[in-house]
Amino acid sequence: MIPGVDGFMYPNEVELQWSLLIVLYPYITGLVAGAFILASLERVFKVDAVRPTYRLALLTALSFLLVAPLPLQLHLGHPERSFEMYLTPHTASAMAMFGFVYLWYLTVVLLLEIWLEFRAEIVYLAQTTKGLRRVIYRALTLGSMNVSPEARRLDDKVGYIVTVIGIPSAFMLHGYVGFIFGSIKANPWWSTPLMPIVFLFSAMVSGIAAVLLLYVASMKVKKMAVDMRCVDTIAKYLFYTFCIDFTLEMLDLVHRTYESDESFRSLDFMVHTRLFFSQVVLQIFLGTLVPLCLLAANQLWRFTEKARRAMYVTACSLTMIGIFAMRWNVVIGGQLFSKSFLGYTTYKMAFATREGLLPAIALMLLPFAIFFVLVYLLPPWQEPEHVSAPAGD
Amino acid sequence: MEMTRRDLFTIGGKLLVLASVGATLEQIVGAEPAPDAYKMADHWWGMIIDIDKCIGCGNCVRACSKENKVPGGYFRTWVERYQVAEGKQPKVESPDGAMEGFPPLTDENIKSFFVPKLCNHCADSPCTQVCPVGATFISPDGVVLVDPDYCLGCRYCVQACPYGCRYLHPETNTVDKCTLCYHRITQGLTTACCENCPTQARQLVDFKDPKDPVHEFLRHNMVQVLKPYMATNAKVYYKNLDGSVR
Amino acid sequence: MFRDSGHLIRPAVVLLLGLGIFLAIRAAVVPKGFGKYGHYRPQALALIRSKPISFAGQDMCLMCHDDQGKARAAGKHAHVACEACHGPLADHANDPAAHKPVLPDVANLCRRCHEKDAAKPKGFPQVVTAEHSGGVLCNGCHQPHNPHL
Repeated sequence: MIPGVDGFMYPNEVELQWSLLIVLYPYITGLVAGAFILASLERVFKVDAVRPTYRLALLTALSFLLVAPLPLQLHLGHPERSFEMYLTPHTASAMAMFGFVYLWYLTVVLLLEIWLEFRAEIVYLAQTTKGLRRVIYRALTLGSMNVSPEARRLDDKVGYIVTVIGIPSAFMLHGYVGFIFGSIKANPWWSTPLMPIVFLFSAMVSGIAAVLLLYVASMKVKKMAVDMRCVDTIAKYLFYTFCIDFTLEMLDLVHRTYESDESFRSLDFMVHTRLFFSQVVLQIFLGTLVPLCLLAANQLWRFTEKARRAMYVTACSLTMIGIFAMRWNVVIGGQLFSKSFLGYTTYKMAFATREGLLPAIALMLLPFAIFFVLVYLLPPWQEPEHVSAPAGD
Repeated sequence: MEMTRRDLFTIGGKLLVLASVGATLEQIVGAEPAPDAYKMADHWWGMIIDIDKCIGCGNCVRACSKENKVPGGYFRTWVERYQVAEGKQPKVESPDGAMEGFPPLTDENIKSFFVPKLCNHCADSPCTQVCPVGATFISPDGVVLVDPDYCLGCRYCVQACPYGCRYLHPETNTVDKCTLCYHRITQGLTTACCENCPTQARQLVDFKDPKDPVHEFLRHNMVQVLKPYMATNAKVYYKNLDGSVR
Repeated sequence: MFRDSGHLIRPAVVLLLGLGIFLAIRAAVVPKGFGKYGHYRPQALALIRSKPISFAGQDMCLMCHDDQGKARAAGKHAHVACEACHGPLADHANDPAAHKPVLPDVANLCRRCHEKDAAKPKGFPQVVTAEHSGGVLCNGCHQPHNPHL
């Protein structure tokens, strides 16, 4: 008997192909998409209450987006060949478009929107700072110091259009990650048309929760007051999105159970054994039902500010764990059972290897480091006051 | 003993003659001597497997491993032994892919049989569909191949294969799989597994050759492909395959 | 009006410049002939075909060993290829003097096919080796090339 294997696996199936790093990939892109969609709430749907998190959400999205391709790169057998995806993208492959969707989202949507949003500050800082910072800000102005009210009005208009384009782009970025899994007909755990939409809503859930946590944490660090109206509104949206997400996931579960196709017996056994902790305990109970109850309670009753804050932070933290568990269950769970439906294997996570736990932790910390740098360069805290500061082109 | 009794002079003489006209191994062997004589458009390769003939000796697995230098623990072909008791889940084994055959099975009261597996060289292959860069493809003569100099090692194709026929080669870090002995069949030889099957349970076939026995075989037998509901247009046909086989 | 929208041209120029550089690099480094037969490098076909052969094949063996071939043709092993028992011998065929084949390990070789196993086809000759010969090697009684007694 092969250690870690129960029943029968096709001999090449014993070893898992997609590791912890591939769990991080949808998790991180999900945070990007979710954070951006929260930002666009303010911009496009004019939800004024979440205004304090608008810039924070944009910078969060950028920090995570810059890290998103790294786990993929690290996982490749030949990272040096990854540019082939740009040279000869195979149009029949769901994965081939990743590079293009990524670049589109990074450059045309996120960078452009951030540039337009922060232009007044960039110009102001380019004129008031010294040394290296001055050089950086001058480069970021792209050579234009024009921040006249008319120019800023145009920026706002173009920014609006970019956000409008950005929403379907964010949907595409993450829905498409779901399609990478959902379109694999060989794997019944993945193969469902619900996958892209489940991914999308779980992305929104995790992104919104991440921004709320980052906002509360930033305020604590900056010793600034938390805008409760903003946090309440975000929690409300988190609750609604979470309801849709949970409904979709339960729909998938009920559908699988009711249809009970040939894979059901095998998958059901897996959920009750090898995936029990990560799926039932972490994902469904701690990661979904508990935060949903906390959020729902806030919709029904009025708690004190302190209690609310504690409940939101608890709910969001559990949500982040739950969504991570969901990605884990999809990626790792999808490889634990044999495509013969007659056996199960085990994922042996390494520690200090290329695809081990250590690089995964480093990759999860990296976005926060980037976030720190971005916040330092482009302080998102106050509204631009110097819009009409010295102009000149 | 038989082996040592060969007439070295005879062989030496024959090879001397061949060497003198500049013949290579390929040219000596095949019906299609020079590599250039091979026309991809004239072939459409596949395999037929007769379950009633397979004795589970593992000769195909060993031959494949030697011919293609398959890394240990991975398999381009393997053999499974099924035991199907009435009303129960089948019990399936494939110890080390049947590299050393199987431990003898004594229970005569349970239906049992061997199933050799390999890449099905699907005409609508899900693995080549998902390759993001075009590193795996169906050749013009119907063989699913991997370009080892172009593969990224993303392993999406491994996930997409319903039959578990692909793996990541631990040394090259690129995906590896059955090539249907492409280096042999394009020189007029058969695959290593078919060459070495003592009972002709597996036979390389060319669907484009009107004289190939495959046409007769398909006309006169009940045949099946693995997981037909996957609609991959598999080109490995099994005769008398039990419905329990996955 | 244009005075206040001039700065918007700049990111557009940066984007277009990036796109131009990308297209130029792409045109320069896409593998030659890519897409000739399909979405792949046509050179891959030649590369895969160039792999060395280990098993020389029946026809090759019989060019020299036709005597053994005739002996085998008369018996039950008529359709068992030489290398199925003797192992891969392309090296030997290429240079018989430099590569001498070793004799098969009879104790294990015959058993692989003929050991009794309920899963084997019923008509296939099988024995329980432990009971069959009392430890005598198979080729003590059976001629491997024509095993019928």
